[in-house]
Amino acid sequence: MAENPKDDFRATLRKWLDENCPSEMRDGGSGEETICWGGKNWVFTSDAQRVWLERCAAKGYTVPTWPVDYGGAGLTRDQEKIFHEEMARINARVPLQSFGIWMLGPALMHFGSHEQKLHYLPLVARGEVRWCQGYSEPGAGSDLANVQTYGADRGDHWLVNGQKIWTSYADKADWIFALVRTDRDAPKHKGISFLLFSMDEPGVETRPIKMISGISPFCETFFTDVKVPKDQIVGEENKGWDVAKYLLTHEREMISGGAGGLAGAGRALGAVLSETMGGLSDATLRADAMKCEIDSLAISLTLERYKDQSEAGQGAGDASAMLKYMGTELNKQRHELMMTAGGSDALEWDGPLGNRAGDWLRTKANSIEGGTSEVMLSIVSRRVLGLPG
Amino acid sequence: MLADMARGFLDGAAPVSKLREMRDAGQTHDADLWREMAQMGWAGVLVPESAGGSDMGFAAANVIAQEMGKTLAVSPFLSTAVIAATALRQVSDDRAQGALAKIASSEVTYGLAVDEGIKFDPDATRMEARSDGNGFRLSGKKQFVVDGGLADRLLVLARTSDGLTLFDIPSDRAGISRAASNMIDARDAARITFDDVEVTGEDVLGAVGNAMVVLRPALNAGQAALAAELTGLSAGAFGMTVGYLKERKQFGVEIGRFQALQHRAAHIWCEIEVTASAILHAGRMLDEDPDNAGLAVSLAKARATATAKLAVIEGVQMHGGIGMTDAFDMGFYMKRARVAAEWLGDYSYHAEKVAAARGF
Repeated sequence: MAENPKDDFRATLRKWLDENCPSEMRDGGSGEETICWGGKNWVFTSDAQRVWLERCAAKGYTVPTWPVDYGGAGLTRDQEKIFHEEMARINARVPLQSFGIWMLGPALMHFGSHEQKLHYLPLVARGEVRWCQGYSEPGAGSDLANVQTYGADRGDHWLVNGQKIWTSYADKADWIFALVRTDRDAPKHKGISFLLFSMDEPGVETRPIKMISGISPFCETFFTDVKVPKDQIVGEENKGWDVAKYLLTHEREMISGGAGGLAGAGRALGAVLSETMGGLSDATLRADAMKCEIDSLAISLTLERYKDQSEAGQGAGDASAMLKYMGTELNKQRHELMMTAGGSDALEWDGPLGNRAGDWLRTKANSIEGGTSEVMLSIVSRRVLGLPG
Repeated sequence: MLADMARGFLDGAAPVSKLREMRDAGQTHDADLWREMAQMGWAGVLVPESAGGSDMGFAAANVIAQEMGKTLAVSPFLSTAVIAATALRQVSDDRAQGALAKIASSEVTYGLAVDEGIKFDPDATRMEARSDGNGFRLSGKKQFVVDGGLADRLLVLARTSDGLTLFDIPSDRAGISRAASNMIDARDAARITFDDVEVTGEDVLGAVGNAMVVLRPALNAGQAALAAELTGLSAGAFGMTVGYLKERKQFGVEIGRFQALQHRAAHIWCEIEVTASAILHAGRMLDEDPDNAGLAVSLAKARATATAKLAVIEGVQMHGGIGMTDAFDMGFYMKRARVAAEWLGDYSYHAEKVAAARGF
């Protein structure tokens, strides 16, 4: 039997998965409709989805690398790799996905107070609170530090007024982490605070935006005299930009493939295209797909390399801009190829290929959200190459 | 660290100016330089310690090749220390042990004679090794035999009645005539004619009719190291380019202030960074799971070929007219990138290997 700790861990995990992962949750879970986002208003799509979340949450497997005190399983990087391998082996769905896991969690762990971590993180880990991100505004897109949403100091609280836009799933979220200007006289990067508040507060209003893909994952979000208690700030007052930037590096890694699995993860492109077309006889498409596959594999390896480095104490930092740029541009190409392979079948909403057209259109946002490709290249140019600004 | 050590040595002993001197003198090999590299354990990087090698492994060989690529260092490292040594290691007889020892000490250099046409395709080898008594007779032509003009020995792939067979023979054996190719990268390569060359069972490396058992690991190792060299080459060319963007002024400012150039430069950096991951992965696979390293190796060679092409094309373009002059070094990078792209399988060859492994 198992001779070393790694094998022991694998054997124990495998047994647990065999006994606890419901058969309905072993379909790999591709597509938006298979995602479990959690939150207090979440309606489980099946009993199996609920059971799978509860069992994973009890073991800390919704956030396997988080410390046990915060609702995780405290896995090391090696164990995490085994965890993903074993999950993939039985084709298990990810039990819970959320912005709380991908973005707020890492930021809170880095900048939050002890009390904040103990309070907010387990709620994220158990899928009880669903978070949204209040970053972009109509006048603050690529120039994010230009946010104008204002929090007036009222002693024990801030009184927040303003508007956010492109707030993903704001209409379904329970809480928001938002960039709010708390000093209008300071230079733009130095007057921002990172605030947390409930979407149930009076004065919060959301309005979904219908996108070219036909769905409305994004909202306009309006704040009118929203009261935010002073203890709901992460980090120091007017130093929210540091938190924002740190969180963005995680968001970029997530978009480039960390959690959502854009680049290279999952099935080989050639297999998917062959299936659609009954063989890959189109030489031009085949050549394009080969290049896309090569780049996907290399980007996935890069993602793994950075994870190993951050385990060894070197943060991905500016390199997350590279991953975001390369991963999202590739994903757009990949979906262009999927559309070409689908031919006219791909041109119908809910046609023979399901939502292929919607997925294709959705990917166009990948190189815009979380910082455009052009902003990513500018970050690499300035911070990595040291070219003059 | 090995990379720092290698960089320190190569910056002093084998900078690009050294290649320029060698080219101008019509010289394609520097025996003293190779001896120094051997003393540092590079010639024996894949030779067991029992045969006098440093036995550092494939990942280390890649690191050395990558650093050599940065300064375009000329040496028989790939042909001899990587490809021939890996082939010899697949064979456990005394003769192979002796040959490995001579590689490690830089006494002997090798060339790999596979190509018969304009493209790398070992499976399509047609050169005949005709049975003759207890041995064979080799007749035919090989081209693009890298380091083959000066190598002491040749690994020759030929077709015997029951398949492909690999021969390890001295390059001065009767019937062998070598014509040095005047290569664009100013390095040694040769067209070699075999005219009824007598070979015996002693000259066979591995088993008759079973060349790939010995040759496949050697090719994998060579392709990975060549990919590493190309990645170093990309970094070297790109380093020059970024330096130039910071110092060259036009319209009264450094041209590196122009976003059109900034974004192109940033893109090249991203490509190099991604390719570097594929190189590391190939080295790790060769060390840890060599039987299954084929996909990783072809991924590395394909990526490295494409990245180097981008780095040198943009390198010349961003330098403008000076990049086109022989007096400037960028042309050396461009020419070496083209030769290395072709050697041991071009982009298409390796892309097909990836496609096959990924179910296309």
